[in-house]
Amino acid sequence: MNLMADGQTAVRLDHVSRHYRMGQTSIRAVDDVSFSVPDGEFLALLGSSGSGKSTLLNLIAGLDRPTAGSILTERSNLAELSSTDLACYRRNTIGMIFQSFNLLPRMTLEENIELPLRLAEVDRSDRSRRVREALEHVRLTHRSGHRPSELSGGEQQRVAIARALVNRPKILLADEPTGNLDSTTGETILLLLRELKTQIGMTILMVTHERPLAERFADRLITMSDGKLQSISTTSRGTTA
Amino acid sequence: MKTRDLTDLALRNLREAILRNALTTLGVAVGVASLVAMLSLGVGLQQLASKRLTQSGLFDTIFVTPKNSFQGPRRPQREVNVDKPARPLDEEARHELEQLPNVIEVYPQVRFFTEVRFQNKPYATVVAGLPESSRNSGAFDGMQGRFFSSQTAEEAILQIDFAKDLSEKPDSLVGQDLTLRYAEREAIPSSAGSGSAEPAESSGGFSIVPKEMKLKIVGVVETEPAPGYGGVGNARLLMALETASKLRAAQVNDLRDIVRGENANKTTYGSLTVRAKTPSQVEALETSIKSRGFNAFSLLDASKSLRTFFSVFDSLLGIFGSLALAVATLGIVNTLVMAILERRREIGVLKALGAADSDVQQLFFVEAGVMGFLGGAFGVGLGWILGRAITIGTNLYLKRQNLNPIELSYVPWWLMLAGLIFAVVVSLVAGLYPASRAAKLNPVDALRYE
Repeated sequence: MNLMADGQTAVRLDHVSRHYRMGQTSIRAVDDVSFSVPDGEFLALLGSSGSGKSTLLNLIAGLDRPTAGSILTERSNLAELSSTDLACYRRNTIGMIFQSFNLLPRMTLEENIELPLRLAEVDRSDRSRRVREALEHVRLTHRSGHRPSELSGGEQQRVAIARALVNRPKILLADEPTGNLDSTTGETILLLLRELKTQIGMTILMVTHERPLAERFADRLITMSDGKLQSISTTSRGTTA
Repeated sequence: MKTRDLTDLALRNLREAILRNALTTLGVAVGVASLVAMLSLGVGLQQLASKRLTQSGLFDTIFVTPKNSFQGPRRPQREVNVDKPARPLDEEARHELEQLPNVIEVYPQVRFFTEVRFQNKPYATVVAGLPESSRNSGAFDGMQGRFFSSQTAEEAILQIDFAKDLSEKPDSLVGQDLTLRYAEREAIPSSAGSGSAEPAESSGGFSIVPKEMKLKIVGVVETEPAPGYGGVGNARLLMALETASKLRAAQVNDLRDIVRGENANKTTYGSLTVRAKTPSQVEALETSIKSRGFNAFSLLDASKSLRTFFSVFDSLLGIFGSLALAVATLGIVNTLVMAILERRREIGVLKALGAADSDVQQLFFVEAGVMGFLGGAFGVGLGWILGRAITIGTNLYLKRQNLNPIELSYVPWWLMLAGLIFAVVVSLVAGLYPASRAAKLNPVDALRYE
């Protein structure tokens, strides 16, 4: 059953809250946030540190559960899924990239990219082809046998993107993907993301605090502050799209 | 995740911290080795005892005596068919017992007091006749000299203690002659000279005539192949049963026969030894013999006690052996808990990429299982080597004491398999807590971990 009435929304958040208790104090990391992300959109979540943008991304990734509200994807409400179903959702529907790349250092690039395929129990015969395709997307075929420590930061992030793409996810979640990179490399990575969005047609949700970059590459910007949604704006790219 | 991928990842993880994991695996190996070595000693000792006892024929043997034998007051036995009248243990009875099913042989206990003359000095001792089947009893393994050349040979085998009485160098006795002085029974016809027509069988007694026989010493044995039974002491001089029987030497039961006025010419036996095909048939055979009006006694009960003793002994050895494995188990828990701390972020990444809690749990489980399997396999080998070393060391000591070598430790295939399985099971149990802890890690917290 498609939970999205229009059939063109990748994910919709309805009054989502995530509260933590620290001793006697309740911290409202995300507080009553609602918005929708259409299929194929590049959305940037902006805000200062502690504004709740990464918590929101983790909720959409199914790594965390909302205290209240619902997160609707094409097939399910994440708030109601079991932990096994959430794992299945992470495996098949989304891909994630992180600020610190999170590649496993003892594995080669090829093995790192193969990891989601192993978790999804993809046949061995298919794996090498799909790994090669993913490496071609990020233009790192020639480094497949290398270990992450032998690569530059930008290259490592490209490998992380390849790993996120290898299971052909519908949504790519990027948590500060340029945070550990210099501005030029950061731009290259965002260019690549933009290019992949067009090529593959996936939805991208990116958390960043670099507004100028977000304005240049994203279609829409959502600004958060103290866990609340402050504003939603469309960039020039979004308008053109 | 598929089993192959899971195993592949687990092996890769184990290789990553190779020193720590190798040491943990070594701990398991030492634990299993101690367990296997201890149990191999238990099994070896049990085998040794069983082999000796089985070869000695004690467990497939039933001693048969007449019901009213002169053995003094003793606890009344639980009898089968007590109404049966007491019967003499004669040739007819021997033949009847030979016909019973599952009986290999029936032979009499020929055992009498004698005086041995050797180099003109007298030595008092007890002689026992041994059947041909004693050759393979195991009691003569490693003896000096040889067994009797035939059942009619006029040869003697000396028990080592008696041989030492005869000479300071017992080895030198083999090949020498000794003279046996014994009391031969000679029947006295009751109607002798009276012209009675009564046959000789109904005679009333016998006279004792001293006789001599020259025997060649063919061997010296360290064991006691003819231990005392039925009131007669341990035999120190052994002869072939047939040769001993032909001597018609006066035996203890002769006194009983003469008091009862039984025919002195008719052969009766103090006791008969009945050998069953297997120890399992002894109980039925014993009952059958008792129902025919004889006393029967076997060492079956002693064998049951022996098995109970070894079961308890093995359990104790197993418990002591397991202590080292218990310590090794703690090592596995420690190693895996450390691995969780070190790989916290990695677990977070795996979960972000779609690993279910069960995938993470299984990964740690397989790692524990692999350590258990490798430790178990290595430990079984090490245990076998330890067992061999103990056997070699013991045999070196025995050799110095001029004793025969023994197989002290024995590692049967089931012990190897059990050691391996036990190591894996114990390791998996040890992996339960770390695996469940790793599976429950919150992915968001794990990804934040530096």
